[in-house]
Amino acid sequence: MARIDLNNIRHAYMPNPVSDDDFALKRVHHTFDDGGAYALLGPSGCGKTTLLNIISGLLRPTEGDILFDGHKVTDLSTEDRNIAQVFQFPVVYDTMTVYQNLAFPLRNRGVASNEIERRVRETLEMIDLADRADQKAKGLTADDKQKIALGRGLVRSDVSAILFDEPLTVIDPHMKWVLRSQLKELHRRFAFTMVYVTHDQTEALTFADQVVVMNEGEIVQIGTPEELFERPNHTFVGYFIGSPGMNVLPVRIDGQGAHIGSHAISLAGPIAADRAARMELGVRPEYVRIGNKGIPAQIARVEDTGRRKIVHATIEGQPIAAIVAEDTAIPAEPHISFDPAGINIYANSWRVDPAAARQGGAA
Amino acid sequence: MTKTWNNRAWFLVLPVLLLVAFNAIIPLMTVVNYSVQETFGNNLFFFEGVKWYEDVLTSDRFHASLFRQFLFTGIILLIEVPLGVAIALTMPRSGPWVSVCLVLMALPLLIPWNVVGAMWNIMALPDIGLLGYGLNALGIPYNFTRQPISAWFTVVLMDVWHWTSLVVLLAYAGLRSIPEAYYQAAKIDGASRWSVFRYIQLPKMNRVLTIAVLLRFMDSFMIYTEPFVLTGGGPGNATTFLSIDLVKAALGEFNLGIAAAMSIIYFLMTLLVSWIFYTLMTRGEDQ
Repeated sequence: MARIDLNNIRHAYMPNPVSDDDFALKRVHHTFDDGGAYALLGPSGCGKTTLLNIISGLLRPTEGDILFDGHKVTDLSTEDRNIAQVFQFPVVYDTMTVYQNLAFPLRNRGVASNEIERRVRETLEMIDLADRADQKAKGLTADDKQKIALGRGLVRSDVSAILFDEPLTVIDPHMKWVLRSQLKELHRRFAFTMVYVTHDQTEALTFADQVVVMNEGEIVQIGTPEELFERPNHTFVGYFIGSPGMNVLPVRIDGQGAHIGSHAISLAGPIAADRAARMELGVRPEYVRIGNKGIPAQIARVEDTGRRKIVHATIEGQPIAAIVAEDTAIPAEPHISFDPAGINIYANSWRVDPAAARQGGAA
Repeated sequence: MTKTWNNRAWFLVLPVLLLVAFNAIIPLMTVVNYSVQETFGNNLFFFEGVKWYEDVLTSDRFHASLFRQFLFTGIILLIEVPLGVAIALTMPRSGPWVSVCLVLMALPLLIPWNVVGAMWNIMALPDIGLLGYGLNALGIPYNFTRQPISAWFTVVLMDVWHWTSLVVLLAYAGLRSIPEAYYQAAKIDGASRWSVFRYIQLPKMNRVLTIAVLLRFMDSFMIYTEPFVLTGGGPGNATTFLSIDLVKAALGEFNLGIAAAMSIIYFLMTLLVSWIFYTLMTRGEDQ
């Protein structure tokens, strides 16, 4: 297991990149701590697979360096980096048995046969395929095949890190939960450094200690699932995480607080009002209250999801979504208010911290 | 949707049935008819039963041409399949050279068979042909109209030149269908070049290679035009393969009964081998 440092990585798929737009990955500077479970989350084409392939050595970055435990590995081949990677579509060696599949990476590295036997048996137990060790890999289901692919990574107990590239895409929904919790359990027991690429927020939030949210080739926020939910750094994170995503409303900021139309909303602290900046207020639907106080709203429609209701409304001409409990009665003249704990203010899409703004004002 | 059964639907198959009857079944039955009768001029026929079949199956001449046929098919399969796979492996996976390679590979397949025979005939002429003159100039005695070994060498070389491309194209299609992730996973597992071939490329090409072997088997088993143009079955009977022998019997000697019986035996052999291949292929699918 190893700590992975990415030093100012940039990558372009074209030969002579000039502008920022030519780069698929626009400067990534980040450290994956030893033994951490990370998720790289972002929409398709945001550069997460590119980043993963740079870590595993399948791609060489255009600029920047990769360090494993402080040693530069930028120019090392995949074989020499000692990394395991599980791909989107399960890769198994069809003509081999399950046992031979797991033994393959060890045999290629010249491990002694009794050691291979011991480690393969151990790994088969871990991934729950011990009873099918001598079956041909070809006839197995997609999720068993993906388990074999995972097993080929786990069997090499000395790998620097295990990388996952959307590994559960082809797995049945009910099996996804099982496999994901098995992965988490394996991580807890053996403390592998794991990096998990996904575009599915549930997968990222349940799997990882730290979620790295990417958009258009950049890291927008790194944080625990709670941080991403409570304090999205960028309105993109607000939209992308949560279902439905965060409400973002244009506001006017002055000394007293934020204003939506003629309605004032008090904030936790004063925000330095930058006239040039586009100011927005972000509030997650979970923190939107419907009652008799606040800003008058027009209800557009109500979706019943079973345990709770999603209310779509408009205030001051702006659409807003609210999540309320199943049994909440919606008043005849509904008003909307926000839980102060859930309010974030954004200047040009990036979050402004009220406390930081206050310090800035004093200086 | 509910399924309705209407037996009148069978009428829709009728045109195809008629077509097949005219171009396959009726000619075949004519041959069956010849094979059980003694035929004389003036359309005189005498029923002979299985006499011709007995004659053919016990004749040394038939055994010899059957042996030559299997030897030839065996040799060209042993050369063309590994060579085709090897060429396909060296072809680029992407880029502008792919089309160039594919066109070059397809060229021999586009040439009419009798032209192939004529081309190689000229090429192999000992006094003016590039191949024939070249070999003799190197001190290797070569004359395909006199020496059986030279004749065989030329016929095999011609077939390899003509048909290896087919194996290449099929194998290349098989290789192209392997997702990039397999190669990446192999890199991560530290697999050698040989392991990649043995455990990824070969198993993935399994299906297309079976088809390639089947096609090459059937085609080479029925080979006629090229050796007919090149050697005419000689020197002596050295390159008289089954179909050449058949034509000699039917049109050279007008032994219609013998020729018809040979045709039927020949047909049944091809059918049997095709059936064996079909079973092997479908059994592979079940696994």
